[in-house]
Amino acid sequence: MSKVGILGIGIVPARALSSDVSYRELIFEAAVKAYEDAGIEPFDVDTFVSVSEDFNEGVSIFDEYVPDQLGAVLKPVHTISGDGLYGVISVAMQIMTGMFRIGVVEAHSKASNVLNHLKILELALDPVYLRHTGVDPRFLAGLEMRAYMEASGIDAESVARAATHQRTNAIWNPLAAYPGKFSPDDVLLTEVVAEPLTEGMVAQPADGAVVVVLASEDVIRSQKKNQAVWIEGMGFYTSEPSFDTWVWERATYAELSARKAYEMAGISCPSKEISFAEVDSRYAYKMLQHIEACALTDGRNPAQLLRDGFFSKEGTLPVNLSGAHMGIGMMEEATALYQLAFAADQLLGRAGRMQLSDPYRCIIQSWRGLPTRSGATCILSRD
Amino acid sequence: MEPKVIRGRDLKRDEFEKALKVEYHPEARYAWDAGYAVGKFLEGLKQGKILGVRCRRCRRILVPPRAFCELCFVPIDEWLELKDTGTVNTFSISYVSMDVKRLEEPEIPAVIEIDGASPGVGILHKLGEVDDPKNVKIGMKVKAVWKPEKERTGAITDILYFKPLEE
Repeated sequence: MSKVGILGIGIVPARALSSDVSYRELIFEAAVKAYEDAGIEPFDVDTFVSVSEDFNEGVSIFDEYVPDQLGAVLKPVHTISGDGLYGVISVAMQIMTGMFRIGVVEAHSKASNVLNHLKILELALDPVYLRHTGVDPRFLAGLEMRAYMEASGIDAESVARAATHQRTNAIWNPLAAYPGKFSPDDVLLTEVVAEPLTEGMVAQPADGAVVVVLASEDVIRSQKKNQAVWIEGMGFYTSEPSFDTWVWERATYAELSARKAYEMAGISCPSKEISFAEVDSRYAYKMLQHIEACALTDGRNPAQLLRDGFFSKEGTLPVNLSGAHMGIGMMEEATALYQLAFAADQLLGRAGRMQLSDPYRCIIQSWRGLPTRSGATCILSRD
Repeated sequence: MEPKVIRGRDLKRDEFEKALKVEYHPEARYAWDAGYAVGKFLEGLKQGKILGVRCRRCRRILVPPRAFCELCFVPIDEWLELKDTGTVNTFSISYVSMDVKRLEEPEIPAVIEIDGASPGVGILHKLGEVDDPKNVKIGMKVKAVWKPEKERTGAITDILYFKPLEE
């Protein structure tokens, strides 16, 4: 099987509003940048994946709406729903078959065009058992956060600190929509959504687009003169599909997908073999929960490690230096690919003020969001 | 051996209603940004103009306009005002409304190739002022019928319909 790597990435900076452009124009900009970065024309691409969820778009069968702006006319195109990393894994697997040499993943967000996000989220809840409560559907995050805090001995201030950690990191990410300097107290004092979850612990919606070009090793070797970034490991899992059997305090889907990815990459001790991590954090407590699920703490309390600076730029294992969901913005399927792009830049030494000293390998972990128990993981490394 | 035939019976309406079910009415609401190209097209409609664009590479003239050529994958920035006349590319005669009601007078959705645009490039609209739907033909010449200027909002419905053009 062919090794798969990243040939190029194009990104439109995330922002709260993008009323000057249509979603097609947004994606076109990202695609042009990606092909330029990859040193190819769209006509060179063999397969395309659009990562999207029809309810977020407001039109069904959304992959019919993407070929024009991706340069994918008269080419194989299909949708993968779930998350950006699912799209990356799908294209990587296609390339690994040997049938395709260059593949493209597109994810975008026009969250500003959705006028009632909570009603869209409500549509994902089971109509018999979960929609009757009549409350903000993010109560599920409140349930999960409480169970996680109780089981891990983590307090609300630590969750608030996870939020400020990411918003502060975003200050140095020019692609992030929500950089900011806050104290944990500022976060704790925001409006309660579903106690113990407050508004300051919830990632805010943003617009943006990202296009990633993947290719087989022979293509990358023939085009890239310097270092390249490779996908060493991949995993995606759904754990407990029904809320009545959820293990509320653990992110089992992340544990399983990380384990699979580590196994594929030949990693036996993640905390020592991973240079940095980017994890899903659309609710602030998820950062801590996902860090644990990815086996990055060696059994130590992630809240204490966060307080000690373990996950900061100068720390032993930096996490979410990109700003992640809290800092970049909540872009549904797209945020994980912004994190992937940030990670690729880190590995190539192009991360600017947030550049780490000689990072070699990283994990990127994503979650499909409420009310799912589904997520994906990729391990990236450089030559 | 002959298979055993088990005869059923029609269910009555009240029997359907007795079956337990959960009803839910989605409330999804959206407001799509028109963006640069479509926005300018809609602004043109408000002024009673059909605007198109020309790709500088393949020279195709496209309507509705777009910000890039999907075949050449280059930005498009050359704008043209096209005529409000065209030719029927294909049409259908529909006797069922969007909410599935039988229509006495049919609607005639049609693809109109706008005069001045490249062959095969057209917009989807409706035909009106048609005496007899049987007389509608592919290749028929048509002309836009506009809303009064004060009523236009910058929407595709600023054109009420296309009517047959007397030859």
